[in-house]
Amino acid sequence: MKDLRMGEAGTICCLNDPEMALKLLEMGCIPGTQVRLNSRAPLGCPITLLVGEGEDYTLSLRVSEAATILLKD
Amino acid sequence: MAGPELITSRAGAALSAAALETSAPRLPGSLTRIALIGNPNSGKSSLFNQLTGLNQKVGNFPGVTVDRKTGVAQITPGMRAEIIDLPGTYSLYPKSLDEKVITDLLYDRTSKQYPDFVVVTVDASNLRRNLLLFTQLADLGLPIVLSLNMMDVAAQHGVAIDVAALQEELGVPVIPMNARNGIGVAALKIVMAQQLAAPTIHFYEPEEDLLPMIRQIRYYFNLHNDYLALHYAHQFRHISFLSADDKTYIGELVQKYGFEVTPRQAQETIARYARINDILLNTVSVTRTEKEEPYSNRLDRVLTHRVWGYLIFFGVLFMMFQAVFAWASYPMELIDQSIALINGLIQTNFKGPLINLLTEGVLAGLGGVLMFVPQIALLFAFIAVLEETGYMARVTFMMDRIMRKFGLNGKSVVPLISGVACAVPAIMSARTIENWKDRMITIFVTPLMSCSARIPVYTVLIGLVVPDRAVLGIFNLQGFVLMGLYLLGFFAAIFSALGLKFLLKTKERSYFIMEFPVYRWPRWKNVGITIVEKVKTFVFQAGKVIVAISVLLWVLASFGPGQSLERAETQARQQGVAQGLTAEETDINVASARLENSYAGVFGRNMEPAIRPLGFDWKIGIALLTSFAAREVFVGTISTIYSVGQDADMRTVQQKLALAKDTEGQPFFTPARAVSLLVFYVFAMQCMSTLATTYRETKGWKWPMMQLVYMTGLAYFSSLLVYQLMK
Repeated sequence: MKDLRMGEAGTICCLNDPEMALKLLEMGCIPGTQVRLNSRAPLGCPITLLVGEGEDYTLSLRVSEAATILLKD
Repeated sequence: MAGPELITSRAGAALSAAALETSAPRLPGSLTRIALIGNPNSGKSSLFNQLTGLNQKVGNFPGVTVDRKTGVAQITPGMRAEIIDLPGTYSLYPKSLDEKVITDLLYDRTSKQYPDFVVVTVDASNLRRNLLLFTQLADLGLPIVLSLNMMDVAAQHGVAIDVAALQEELGVPVIPMNARNGIGVAALKIVMAQQLAAPTIHFYEPEEDLLPMIRQIRYYFNLHNDYLALHYAHQFRHISFLSADDKTYIGELVQKYGFEVTPRQAQETIARYARINDILLNTVSVTRTEKEEPYSNRLDRVLTHRVWGYLIFFGVLFMMFQAVFAWASYPMELIDQSIALINGLIQTNFKGPLINLLTEGVLAGLGGVLMFVPQIALLFAFIAVLEETGYMARVTFMMDRIMRKFGLNGKSVVPLISGVACAVPAIMSARTIENWKDRMITIFVTPLMSCSARIPVYTVLIGLVVPDRAVLGIFNLQGFVLMGLYLLGFFAAIFSALGLKFLLKTKERSYFIMEFPVYRWPRWKNVGITIVEKVKTFVFQAGKVIVAISVLLWVLASFGPGQSLERAETQARQQGVAQGLTAEETDINVASARLENSYAGVFGRNMEPAIRPLGFDWKIGIALLTSFAAREVFVGTISTIYSVGQDADMRTVQQKLALAKDTEGQPFFTPARAVSLLVFYVFAMQCMSTLATTYRETKGWKWPMMQLVYMTGLAYFSSLLVYQLMK
């Protein structure tokens, strides 16, 4: 996830922090879901992701939290 | 329901088995209890406001330290229902204290608070994620109505929902609506008026290998469904109504079957999403011909821009200060004068100690409370609009990185800013912070921000010792010092936060996973209800304490040991005659002499040794004591002690103070003394309303007492340092 560049999209492969994963899953970051890096806060953190094929909603999260999301190649 | 492996049951549980299986029949005349649940930003509050209007009240959840909003709704002409507004949540696995309220309410069917049915609000434009909570609630076996909200936004996004098919798939009534303008509310009420049955469709079946454990929990607690039993296994440690024995029992079962919480919960969530995807496939079609970027994203490009974003934010802040300081001053003056008028009317028509208590104690205290109503109303109007439009989420987003360094959170920005007006609404606004530690730190440091009540003290003392001189050509030295005092307060706040960050221990992790709401126009009805609710809370909750303390202070200032007051008064009157003073001047001297000899005066003299190292004498001691209830009382007390006259303005108070001499005949208010006193007022708690609010918000005396001790200590030692270095 942290290798994603601005505007780039990827598909979630897995979530590697079990506790954080529960929160992310509930928010709709299910493996197989597409996410697009939408923006960064002025100081680089947090960031926002557009979640879902239809870019259904904007999710804001800290970089450290985003780093627990692994994307498929 | 009893399987062959079931061996134990909680004593007595069998008695209520029959009653539990069917939802208990409602007593005639009793209110139907309806719980409102939904994701944050799903329009739940709009729906709540539509249903209940101003029939709302805020109370505590029994046994839990979280607010709960309830209201009464007229469902049909003959039926009223109690609506319980529950905190917004994404799932039934609570992450915060706030969310725990929901599970506490829904796990215990025998509770008096247990709802007759639940209305789940979902955002139709974002069904997939919103349905997660719905499927969990449906599996708990409660009667449910699905309120399919924000149909207009869904239409804008090209989302078409086949409501009939969705109703079929979900097995519960589905009401398409738009809660913001009331469309669909009537249809919802019609459904609410009917006797609803629990849904029969299950969306998730616990894995086979969990069933033996689930069965045992079901039997032991006499539960009506598997999913509820599974939740007991997940969360037994946090369920408030389970006894220690119950918890041990489940704990042993969990161990015996090797039940692991985290992977099971993840498994469940993924399984639910798979099921939801199937449902949506048959019921929702998305037509988006051109991929047009939503206006919210385009707006965000400007509003969270690295330069424009901050500029706009500071513009908004400036407007807010302008409103709170300038616009609010007119109604504040009006309230002040009205109270004075009523006081005058009572005083001219009635006499006696009870009347004095009423006017100088109760009414004066009440005035001190009501004075702040315009500021609170305006501040919350601003905050409500910023919340409603969705801008506040962006502000917290921009500030999170900076605030985190100090143990705060992006969401702490709002209370800290509001604190410059008044700590009372500021502390109340810290409620939006989910994380317990972040919220406590924010509440703790907010009163260090220089509030408007400090302004009169600052003005008098700065005018006294800081020359009115220009610096660098355009700036005024007094203004410079004033700004310095505000900065001093701000830095004290953030560095205290930093200290607390290391002191406070919590197992709770701080998240910043947050959904950005779509930008929308505010609903003025929602803004209005927020204002009324906050003002009401402030007046009734903080008001009680302030009036009580005002009465206490009045007693201390009006009575003295033995006949000392009478003696002081006689002496002052004789002196007045001897010196040929006018009746008015004599009255002022009498008031000053009486205060000097009252219990408050005695306390002031007794505390002099303690405050002498700070450069203060007993006169300042009395002022410190009386202004303990509220800082702005300082100027009033000082003008009485230095006998300035009834309607003393700042100038005359300053002149009197400038003339005050110490025992050696030198001016008493040296720069060292004045600066020491200024620093004291920057840091010291000196505000009953704030303490009362902290008590209310943290539901205990621990935090307000810590605040009081810490801030008074900080004030004392800073003043000590300043005075000893400067004198």
